[in-house]
Amino acid sequence: MVPTPVKIIIAGGFGAGKTTMVGSVSEIPPLTTEEVLTEASAGVDDLSGVERKTTTTVALDFGRITISPRHVLYLFGTPGQARFWFMWDDLARGAIGTVVLVDTRRLETSFAAIDFFERRKIPFVVAVNCFDNAPRYTADEIREALVVPDRVPIVMCDARDRDSSKLALIRLVKHAMTVVPAARV
Amino acid sequence: MSAEDGWYDEAAGPLVRPYTITSGRTPAGTARLDLSTQVMTLRSEQEPAGLGPEHVAIVQLCRHPVSVAEIAVYVKIPLGVVRVLVGDLIERGLVITRSPSHNPAQAPDLETLQAVLDGLIKY
Repeated sequence: MVPTPVKIIIAGGFGAGKTTMVGSVSEIPPLTTEEVLTEASAGVDDLSGVERKTTTTVALDFGRITISPRHVLYLFGTPGQARFWFMWDDLARGAIGTVVLVDTRRLETSFAAIDFFERRKIPFVVAVNCFDNAPRYTADEIREALVVPDRVPIVMCDARDRDSSKLALIRLVKHAMTVVPAARV
Repeated sequence: MSAEDGWYDEAAGPLVRPYTITSGRTPAGTARLDLSTQVMTLRSEQEPAGLGPEHVAIVQLCRHPVSVAEIAVYVKIPLGVVRVLVGDLIERGLVITRSPSHNPAQAPDLETLQAVLDGLIKY
């Protein structure tokens, strides 16, 4: 029997702990695969007058959790560089939703991810990765600083910790269940 | 063109340009294959003829269901190439696949979400 795959995206700014979270909660050591893109498909560089076609490689980290014989969950860390954001659409298609990891020392690096998933109405939770030496804030302070609406859950987590990361995933799935469109319930 | 043939260098990566393996074909027609799409080889009586070494590697790897992303890692070929090759195998009836949902734009239904939630709580 072939299990049905489901996906959760782990997003956030550079250094927010995406790869750490994928690794701590995955049942397999996190894997990295590479998507090779031609500059044309990357669509960002001006190629006028350039004869030689070059390729760009985007690394994608992912992990896996076998839910049951019928379902297998894949966790995909988003590529950090802004120029590869078009890939996020592919990743997010058909996904349960996204955990947006936030580093309180660099809140501004998570604005773009929050904006991306909000615009596309993809369910997401904000997971504040509590780094040892980072200042602590309350969920309300974070919510205000990130300007996320009340309906978006904010959880405190330690991306290095399996159970803590698992709780962030659980919170996301519960949140996604509340926003499943009525037509599909 | 596999690692064993010396066409893969640890530092430089594959020494064959990626789409040489697919004879220049790109994955346009197989875009429905998600990174998480499960691929499983169907049992066949005889060894299928006319397959490239990468096709064979995928057929052998997928005796149990394996995702497109994992195939790329284990067979050491880029994702776009995996999509083309798996597309070939689907056309020849050698593998079956299962994607996140029939309509790729659609999020999982409530029943699936409940199953994932129950599984995560037990995990």
